[in-house]
Amino acid sequence: MHLRHTFNKVFALLLVYLAGMVIVAHAAEDIDARAGVPFPVIPMGQGDHCVEDTDTMRRNHMNMLKHQRDETTRRGIRTVQHSLKECINCHVVNGPDAVPVTVASPQHFCRSCHDYAAVSIDCFQCHASRPGSGGLPADHKISSTLPDAPGLHGVK
Amino acid sequence: MSCKSKNTSAGHTPGFDPKRRSFLGTMAAVAGVTLAPGVILYAITKSPSANARAADTAVSSTVRWGMLIDLNRCDNGCDDCVSACAKENGLRGFGRPDTDAQWIRKIEITNPQTGHSKSLPMMCQHCEEPPCVDVCPTGASFKRADGIVLVDKHTCIGCRYCMMACPYKARSFIHEPLEDQKPHAPRGKGTVESCTLCVHRVDANQQPACVEACSDTGGGAMLFGDLNDPDSKIAKRVARYASQQIRADLGLNPGVRYRNL
Repeated sequence: MHLRHTFNKVFALLLVYLAGMVIVAHAAEDIDARAGVPFPVIPMGQGDHCVEDTDTMRRNHMNMLKHQRDETTRRGIRTVQHSLKECINCHVVNGPDAVPVTVASPQHFCRSCHDYAAVSIDCFQCHASRPGSGGLPADHKISSTLPDAPGLHGVK
Repeated sequence: MSCKSKNTSAGHTPGFDPKRRSFLGTMAAVAGVTLAPGVILYAITKSPSANARAADTAVSSTVRWGMLIDLNRCDNGCDDCVSACAKENGLRGFGRPDTDAQWIRKIEITNPQTGHSKSLPMMCQHCEEPPCVDVCPTGASFKRADGIVLVDKHTCIGCRYCMMACPYKARSFIHEPLEDQKPHAPRGKGTVESCTLCVHRVDANQQPACVEACSDTGGGAMLFGDLNDPDSKIAKRVARYASQQIRADLGLNPGVRYRNL
């Protein structure tokens, strides 16, 4: 009687274990099924490594940029280590036409990750999002004089 | 277009006394000596020439950037400085001349009594006592230690008080969304901007684009340099020849000076 009781106990435990395995296997299948979720395709930068290690960059790049922006704007310090301009130069992504893409393209380095993380940045409302000189459009027109310049506050 | 002479009474505007301000500044400097003698000693021993400034060194007030414009060499029909500025900084028009960005413009001034007229380039005068900085509610409008007056667009809220305060109409407001700006001249909708004295070029030991264009294709009327350095060409020239500041009566001490006005 005692032996049979023990056997039942072991059998029950075995059943629970098997059931657990089945659930885990199903869960694994679920993960496979979600493989279609778009993970960010982060383009590689040029050169061997970034200015800091990857973990530091992922967590702190915004702080570095913010620090550098004040240093450059206010104090005229133009080191390239943490400057946005150098980020853009190094992490340039060329489009199908071999021209660097702007932040308007989802392939843009900054955008690829910020889209995924749902982080909205406004850097590129002012800053160039690709290297180069930024061209003037063909219809460029800028007047060289003020149209009415009423007296320039009494400039003699 | 004629600009009538409307010279207000000479002297400073009531309530503003640069001497008092400089006295307070001197007192602060004295405090600085007692608090941090090493720093001050370094500042004194440093060469006043900024040409050797490294990229990792902050700008210093030993330098005062300025410009001297000889109007006898400035032709009425020439706007090479204006187009060079637009090209350098990526300024473009939207067909709305009333609001299109304008960092430098040519104005013509006429003496109504004699009919004699002169053409001159007008831009941010990089005042020592900039009214735009005084009125800015966020501190976005600021003067760099070397005298260049700038807008920190990271903190500009686009209120345009500075545009009202500037007696030279030197500032513009960006009304349209922009794209493909120059990497060295970030600018965007909702902020105020003006002549930066090509600060990116100055920091790279180059001359502003307008000065370069004026000497290349224009009349060579513009001279840029360090007013504080007695050996600089501009300091020697302002010491030797008479020059004028526009609206000198306001007591703002602009860094841009004119000859033969």
